[in-house]
Amino acid sequence: MNQESLFAIFINASLINNFVLAYFLGICPFLGVSGKMETATKMGAAVTFVMIISSVCAYGLHALLVSIDAIYLQLISYIVVIAATVQLVEMFIKKMSPALFRALGIFLPLITTNCAILGLALFQTNKGYGLAQSVVYALGAGIGFTLALVLMAGLREKLNFAETPNLVKGTALTLLIAGILSLAFMGFAGLGSN
Amino acid sequence: MSQLTKDKTGEGFWGNLANSPSTNEFLKGLWKENPVFVQVLGMCPTLAVTNTAMNGLAMGLATTFVLLMSNILVSSLRNVIPKQVRIASYILIIATFVTMTDYAIQAISVDLSKALGAFISLIVVNCLILGRAEAFASKNTVGKSMLDALGMGFGFVIGLLSLGAVREILGNGSIFGIPVFPASFQEWVIMILPPGGFFTLAMWLMFFNHRKQKKAAL
Repeated sequence: MNQESLFAIFINASLINNFVLAYFLGICPFLGVSGKMETATKMGAAVTFVMIISSVCAYGLHALLVSIDAIYLQLISYIVVIAATVQLVEMFIKKMSPALFRALGIFLPLITTNCAILGLALFQTNKGYGLAQSVVYALGAGIGFTLALVLMAGLREKLNFAETPNLVKGTALTLLIAGILSLAFMGFAGLGSN
Repeated sequence: MSQLTKDKTGEGFWGNLANSPSTNEFLKGLWKENPVFVQVLGMCPTLAVTNTAMNGLAMGLATTFVLLMSNILVSSLRNVIPKQVRIASYILIIATFVTMTDYAIQAISVDLSKALGAFISLIVVNCLILGRAEAFASKNTVGKSMLDALGMGFGFVIGLLSLGAVREILGNGSIFGIPVFPASFQEWVIMILPPGGFFTLAMWLMFFNHRKQKKAAL
């Protein structure tokens, strides 16, 4: 069992080892839905929600798989749970806010193939977190993901009015900004390691 | 061969070869529809494990294997899988092969398995593989799907290798662990850290933009 304090786990997941900017997890939605601030925040919220649910499920599943000695099924069972959770969220959003459903478009079902969520489930298993630790880890990772997405969306909204050279237009420019953001987040390294 | 001789545009052997449908399935992934530089798919492993050329190569080959096997299985089962549950079935097929690859790499090289870490398992959620299963293998014959998988897979290997090589040469002064610069070379440590991944990929994309714009200007 891992003995890290909940606060350290939270800071670690959201800032120091930010899932997007340090682990490169969830790059596809990061590049795809970071065009507008509003969609970015809602996408972040949806991902955070799926992360928390699947983190709890992954904790239970891992205990179950260990008890029946079938650890080789880990990957397959995790991905099924994540796919089911995403389906649930999709139905919920479609019912509650059709406008948001349209804005998120293809990226909503693609949360299933968002590396950040499966990555989270695998990392928490590897680190041997308990239930409370897992939930805090998921919350931190989700907030870190939202933070990165919102920062990027803000920068890109401003950039729409800037004159950029033709050479860097499109994905290249987004990646350059992501690189600079990632440099900035490296400044958090060492935080919390007293 | 019949496909080769049918084409009578007279562009010579290579012209004919490139135009024949089956070779085209293979070649398109290597360059024209390169998954990394043109389609920008499967970015997570691309950026995360390419801090050395060796890691990039291993990751690329592992992905190619999974892509090939899942494309074969998906295309041979394409008339059996009901349409409503196809994505779920594809993911299960992919997850099975990834689990196999994961255990195989652990058995072959513990060091490599440690270096790639959870990213081998994360091949499951590589958009490239699910994308090919959905866009190509579910509609085409087994043979064509194999060629498509090999082409896309090697295109992915080329992408990862060119990222890994640049990052290792600049960040570590070596390639495949062999030093290429004199000892006085000051390594650009940032290149093997996360920001370096973003910058290197941005540079490659700019290079491809430049080529495209030059072609359009002609």
